[in-house]
Amino acid sequence: MAAGPGMAATDTADWPRETAVLSSAPNVPPPTARKSPAVVKVDLEVRELEGQLADGVTYTFWTFGGTVPGPMIRVREGDVVEFTLHNHPLNKLPHNIDLHAVTGPGGGAASSFTAPGHSSTFSFKALNRGFYVYHCATAPVGMHIANGMYGCILVEPEEGLPPVDREYYLVQSEFYTAGRYGEAGHQPFSMEKALDERPDYVVFNGSVGALVGDNAITANVGETVRLYVGNGGPNLVSSFHVIGEIFDTVHVEGGDLLNHNVQTTLIPAGGSAIVEFKVEAPGTLVLVDHSIFRTFNKGSLGMLKVEGPEDLVIYSGKLRDDIYQPEGQATVTTTPAPKPERELTKAERMEAGKILYNQTCFACHQANGQGLPGVFPPLAQSDYLMSDAARAIDIVISGLQGEIEVNHVKYNQVMTPQNLSDEDIANVLTFVMNSWGNEHEMISPDEVEKVREDIKARGGSGDIGGH
Amino acid sequence: MALVPGGVYTNLYRDQGIVSVEAFEMDVTPVTNRDYLDFVIANPEWRRSQIKRVFADDSYLAHWEDDLTPGPDAPADSPVVRVSWFAARAYAKAQHKRLPTLAEWELAARPDVSNTVARILAWYGKPVRGVMPEVRSTFVNPYGLWDMHGLVWEWVEDFNTALVTGESRADAGLERNLFCGSGTIGAASFEDYAAFMRYAFRSSLQARYTVPNLGFRCARSLKP
Repeated sequence: MAAGPGMAATDTADWPRETAVLSSAPNVPPPTARKSPAVVKVDLEVRELEGQLADGVTYTFWTFGGTVPGPMIRVREGDVVEFTLHNHPLNKLPHNIDLHAVTGPGGGAASSFTAPGHSSTFSFKALNRGFYVYHCATAPVGMHIANGMYGCILVEPEEGLPPVDREYYLVQSEFYTAGRYGEAGHQPFSMEKALDERPDYVVFNGSVGALVGDNAITANVGETVRLYVGNGGPNLVSSFHVIGEIFDTVHVEGGDLLNHNVQTTLIPAGGSAIVEFKVEAPGTLVLVDHSIFRTFNKGSLGMLKVEGPEDLVIYSGKLRDDIYQPEGQATVTTTPAPKPERELTKAERMEAGKILYNQTCFACHQANGQGLPGVFPPLAQSDYLMSDAARAIDIVISGLQGEIEVNHVKYNQVMTPQNLSDEDIANVLTFVMNSWGNEHEMISPDEVEKVREDIKARGGSGDIGGH
Repeated sequence: MALVPGGVYTNLYRDQGIVSVEAFEMDVTPVTNRDYLDFVIANPEWRRSQIKRVFADDSYLAHWEDDLTPGPDAPADSPVVRVSWFAARAYAKAQHKRLPTLAEWELAARPDVSNTVARILAWYGKPVRGVMPEVRSTFVNPYGLWDMHGLVWEWVEDFNTALVTGESRADAGLERNLFCGSGTIGAASFEDYAAFMRYAFRSSLQARYTVPNLGFRCARSLKP
């Protein structure tokens, strides 16, 4: 809504004045809880600083407020926002801010263009309610966004949003680095990959693992969760999805339109969504970009840990684990590698194991056994793996769930039992335990067989196929 | 000083046209703290405590120990920074030189660009820590000029004309040029990205501003 000709300028002299409460992701500022508009002061400092993009990988981030994403700002529809942008004196570059919540040329960019060591102030009236992205728009704009300059501002409707039990703030974005995903050291920005829209990292809240492990967001069974989700881009559109949930309500694109019972919602670059859902079952819900290679290979993965009593009607867990034998098929439970004529050498097991690894283990434990920090444990130079070969065999046969500690990092994931023959397990473990810096003797099929016997002796199922 | 051959400079923002540049001379390095100290000794009105506030903001030479002592944060052979455009101009005039024009500076910096884009972008993107390195610590270009990229930003005579034409209708195009995607019409090469950052930086300045990463060097015309 724009002020038409003859419409008087807003007189804010009598309005209350307050300073906005800013929150760092994943936290959300409290509701304004006001019945009338105010003049709200917002101060934001731009800092160019080095930070962690992934385990062992650093990057020079350009930030609003020293964090990626920048803090979440919360105002009320009709408020007048007095915005001051400070550009730290040691920064190399000029910066500005374009808030999509601003109605006016450049969204504030022209008025907030600021040299290092200076500050700019402008004000705007929050005319339109909704959840909006803000970003730096200084040329070359793509690079300023690619380096981390985005965040979100919520303009609450006059009547406020319905109360929920938990509110969280997350922003998806991608990074373009000279080195490939996971390559250690300080990684400079790659202009070439950015132009090609070929990111190495796609992350929530500015780094790989920002929302996993101890950083996971939490809720209790029966609570309603509201996620404010922005997409900083600079290039990719997000297929935002929470594994194990259905969004009861989506504020489509952060606006007024409500959709219900949504599995995956599109969030454009420079756009947003608000999603709400009641968590019914305990466990870990996984937040992903369902453009799924980004999740398994580039880092777009977060966790919501839900605690509370189980309701087996809502979700039973695994009730039975049977062999499925289609009619007319020979009675074959698996197709284990045939027992070779002679005992294989270590080199032959390495070779066979590598092929198997790349078919079976690679998706989680990654190409070089490095795992995904905080999500899937590493095999490369893993103290947990290398300290106990029999346990490793047991895990491949029986699977593993629950918390373990690997190289001083806690992991809590599920590995399913692997339907592999003694030969296959000997091969793949010989490969794993002698690659990427690991050194161990060859694992033999006899050792695998012995572990199977032990599992049976303690009442478990040591058989191939879980029987 | 080193000779920079004349040439034709096509402005990054094309509506500002093509500029023909005569051959000229340019300082081989940015002006150092040592050089600048001599200047303020001879010209008391440009000392930190004496300078008029219209000519420089509060952080003018703020890293110097006092008026006539650059001190440990401003080593003698490091480029002088935190100087305003007015001060840089006065310095140049005292040497019977002048500031280079934007077109001259860009032309002088050009021979480096194709080989050093990654380095330039890396420098632009990296925050400064501690004391400014000395001049001649980066690299020398084919004209014999040191440190054109990778040490400091540099003032130019017409730093604020890149986007502001002084003609109100044209000024309405300011945001079109400066912000967001429309700034890149016809310019998408890596080289232009580095240039965009220089243009954006210059455009953010006012003549009295002083900035910790901003210094200058002087130029001189061949024909007086």
